[in-house]
Amino acid sequence: MDIKEIIKPENLVHQRTSLMTDATLSYCPGCGHGTVHHLVMEVVEEMEIQEQTIGIAPVGCSVLAYDFMDIDMSQAAHGRAPAVATGIKRLWPDKFVFTYQGDGDLAAIGTAETIHACNRGEDITIIFINNGIYGMTGGQMAPTTLEGMKSSTSPYGRDLQSMGHPLKITELVAQLPGTNFVTRQAVHKPGNVRKTKKAIRKAFEVQREKKGMSFIEIVSNCNSGWKMSPNESNVWMEEHMFPSYPLGDMKVDGKIVKDLMKDLV
Amino acid sequence: MGKMRGAIVVDNERCKGCEVCMVNCPADTIAMASEVNGKGYHYAYMEKPETCTGCANCSIVCPDGVITVYRVKA
Repeated sequence: MDIKEIIKPENLVHQRTSLMTDATLSYCPGCGHGTVHHLVMEVVEEMEIQEQTIGIAPVGCSVLAYDFMDIDMSQAAHGRAPAVATGIKRLWPDKFVFTYQGDGDLAAIGTAETIHACNRGEDITIIFINNGIYGMTGGQMAPTTLEGMKSSTSPYGRDLQSMGHPLKITELVAQLPGTNFVTRQAVHKPGNVRKTKKAIRKAFEVQREKKGMSFIEIVSNCNSGWKMSPNESNVWMEEHMFPSYPLGDMKVDGKIVKDLMKDLV
Repeated sequence: MGKMRGAIVVDNERCKGCEVCMVNCPADTIAMASEVNGKGYHYAYMEKPETCTGCANCSIVCPDGVITVYRVKA
């Protein structure tokens, strides 16, 4: 069979969602940000809520997310996205509001906003991209940097004595009564991408039913910051990030479904 | 059940040559072109078009969404 006979509109299986704009993504080759952008927009398209969705772009690599997602978006000061989302959601309780934040934004500068928005049980969705590093500013150490992991500000590896322990903020917020759905996923392989899409869909459904905060952590790579090729960084991520940040649901329908203390220590 | 035949179309100018699709292709269909696009990246293309089953794994892991997948029953 000739290729030209296969490439016909009626045989289409998968293509870029129309809710992504034509702008070329500003991310490095192989960066997980692009995959997550597409997934969020695919879910919004499937639920037909383009007119009702408001996203909050963070400070970090994804600061330009409003150029790429064809929905209403706002920009918050560094770390303050959950506070801005709280305000928007309280003004428009029937809109779908999500924040899109990196680990430096959410787990360092915005720790207070994150913890308190989760504790208040705001009906918003937080999408948290964890790559263990401050990617945009040049690969500095973040709270989520692993023990012994090299970064531009910890060139000999993170030393727990002087630099503290990696912060597992997802395990923390799962224990707060305001959160309804808390999960940790990845997007480096097709299976993980499918699971992450389901999780994003579930998070928006939780928001529709006004059951509380939905929080999705996505363990991602930063091949530029880690000084690796995209595929090397994905392998490194599986070997080093996943033991510290194990994938899976932590809280479903307001009930903790995982032994969090085991993962915290 | 008949065998599935698939094909992909890559937006060459948007492809950043990260090779994530190549590694995740179960049928070994995709390779990186020896030529480069306008940005200097070696873009993805179907090296062995006859092996493609149209599973769409390449398309869903592509960070830049440059791959469109088609599938028919052969």
